[in-house]
Amino acid sequence: MKSSAELILKPRLGWQPINVREIYESRELFRFLVLRDIKIRYKQTILGGLWAVFQPLTAMLVFTLFFNRLAGIQTDGPPYPLFAFSGLVLWTFFANSVSMSSNSLVGNQVLVSKVYFPRIFIPLASIGALGLDLLIGLLLVFGMMIYYRWPFAPSVLLIPIYVLGTLLAASGAGLILSALNVSFRDVKYAVPFFIQMGLFISPVIYPLQYVPVRYQLLLGLNPMSGMIVGFRHSLLGGSTDWGLVLASLATSVILFLAGLFIFRRMERRFADII
Amino acid sequence: MAPVIEAHQLSKKYELGASRPSEDSLREVLMQNLRASWRTLRRGTSANLDASGSKWMWALRDLNFSIEPGDVVGIIGVNGAGKSTLLKILSRITDPTEGFVRLQGRVASLLEVGTGFHPDLTGRENIFLNGVMLGMTKAEVQSKFDEIVAFSELEKFLDTPVKHYSSGMYVRLGFAVAAHLDPEILIVDEVLAVGDMAFQKKCLGKMGQFGSSGRTILFVSHNIAAVLNLCEKGIVLQQGGISFQGDAKSAVNHYVGLVTGEDKKNVLHVADLWNARGRLAQYRPWLYKLELYNGDGKPLEGEIGVGSSIRVHVQFRLQEPSSNFDIRVNFVDLYGQVVFAARSSYERNRHWGERSGQQEIVCEIPNLPLTPAEYRVEAALVIDDKCVDYVEDACRLTIVGTDFYGTGKVPSLGFFVHEQSWHLK
Repeated sequence: MKSSAELILKPRLGWQPINVREIYESRELFRFLVLRDIKIRYKQTILGGLWAVFQPLTAMLVFTLFFNRLAGIQTDGPPYPLFAFSGLVLWTFFANSVSMSSNSLVGNQVLVSKVYFPRIFIPLASIGALGLDLLIGLLLVFGMMIYYRWPFAPSVLLIPIYVLGTLLAASGAGLILSALNVSFRDVKYAVPFFIQMGLFISPVIYPLQYVPVRYQLLLGLNPMSGMIVGFRHSLLGGSTDWGLVLASLATSVILFLAGLFIFRRMERRFADII
Repeated sequence: MAPVIEAHQLSKKYELGASRPSEDSLREVLMQNLRASWRTLRRGTSANLDASGSKWMWALRDLNFSIEPGDVVGIIGVNGAGKSTLLKILSRITDPTEGFVRLQGRVASLLEVGTGFHPDLTGRENIFLNGVMLGMTKAEVQSKFDEIVAFSELEKFLDTPVKHYSSGMYVRLGFAVAAHLDPEILIVDEVLAVGDMAFQKKCLGKMGQFGSSGRTILFVSHNIAAVLNLCEKGIVLQQGGISFQGDAKSAVNHYVGLVTGEDKKNVLHVADLWNARGRLAQYRPWLYKLELYNGDGKPLEGEIGVGSSIRVHVQFRLQEPSSNFDIRVNFVDLYGQVVFAARSSYERNRHWGERSGQQEIVCEIPNLPLTPAEYRVEAALVIDDKCVDYVEDACRLTIVGTDFYGTGKVPSLGFFVHEQSWHLK
């Protein structure tokens, strides 16, 4: 433990700076919370960790059947299953992150009302734990690429950027929603619905050219559209619309910063109202 | 020396009703705001109603105190006096509304045994998680791991998920971790109210060592015996303010005076266990109601003579069919000692078979032989030897002096009265 320091506890009003030092000093706890969330997630399930890939895999099968075979949606190059699955891996990570983190504070009431540590760890740890699923999903995409004999492009090295962008967007949304959920349980009902809608307004199951050109930049307001397009192109090749990627990245960063500060502002009342 | 804890005009305001999240939907808040603005338009806001139309109360009001390094201070007060609020502010769980506290040194606070324990994780995993959560580093937990395990006496169950632990084992593990913290200021809530007597003594011993090693302890408890054993100084809280501050013994005397005075006002023979306060987080409210009647079946309004018969009715719910359930009713004196423990499993003719759903059980106690004093009644529901619900302060019972021995002498000394005969040879 660190040496003694003076601590003054007084009412905090208005916007507060982020206590980066405290967060850094408690990073070990963050690791333990992530580990905890990983360990307990699939406890008492038969499929266990297989659930991490079950969700995007089944979605891929269904979408391939309905959108590709029946509705005739074509991709801009790669085979449809590979196209859909690469998008779904990133989308599933985003969707699960938002829904898990938005319920994280309410699901950990005891932690909120009985012990102090940076509150921000609770939603972020639940997202961190999903990182493992993302990793497994990525490996599966690589496996599929080998199966389809689809060449790896050097742009694969850009993947961390898109993963980071997704992480920022999911964290931002998760922080705001988890904080709102403490006061308004409406969040619990609204989130699954909006996530479902989100799948259709992001280019997960259809390529970008299905959207009229004049609306494409507008899609940048959806942080996930740029991330998915960029992620997919860096994996499977194809020309990336950099304007869209940058717009989405900017949205992600703004969302993340907004999340940090809104959470920080609301956290002081968590214990009183949760 | 400079004080390690210094509170100045410390106040905390709570909005009443704000802690019921199930009703706190967005629509509700919007409606409330509408209603409030309507009210303001019509006649302005009234006292205790703020602009949003919700009522508020001061849980703490203008607290001033300072605690010197090495002090071991007991904080006592009846339910609702503001003890938990003070603890929550000192533990940084909630902010004060006004005033401030200055803390000098590393603080560890235990508002609950086994904070953050996850039922699905093993004892070993929980020791690490809990230790790090309470402020230890992983390396510290590692180096003290064997000691912690030895203290908990749970070597054999280290790799068992804690959901299979009995409540006693759970508490032992939680306290074992807590006992090995090394802060300069330790803040402890009534975590000692649970667990078996022997282990409680062990914990008190460990904390005593801690205190004598020059560190500062703030100890909040109903267990007056523990406060007297452990603390040198005492602070008595009453209705959000400090009503006494001084040495531990005088503080306890002051508190006992308060309790005896205050409880006469609001004793009822029916205690609502469902909404009881201070239920530990690991319990769900399966106990509904406790009623006290005297031997003739008349409602018992909190006062009864020495050696009178009483009946205790307990309503509870069995979530799943069970034949191995046990209702426990303890009578506890003001010093926190259980003086009489009644259990439905002590009944010889217990051929109830399997039950489920809502139940009511009646315990008849003929000639309750407790000496005149105030007693706190605890209720617990134990299923398959695992405590599933426990209400620490279900109701209060006052035993008043009577002519038990038929001699005109009213017994008052000791814990109980008993038939006796004397022969002069």
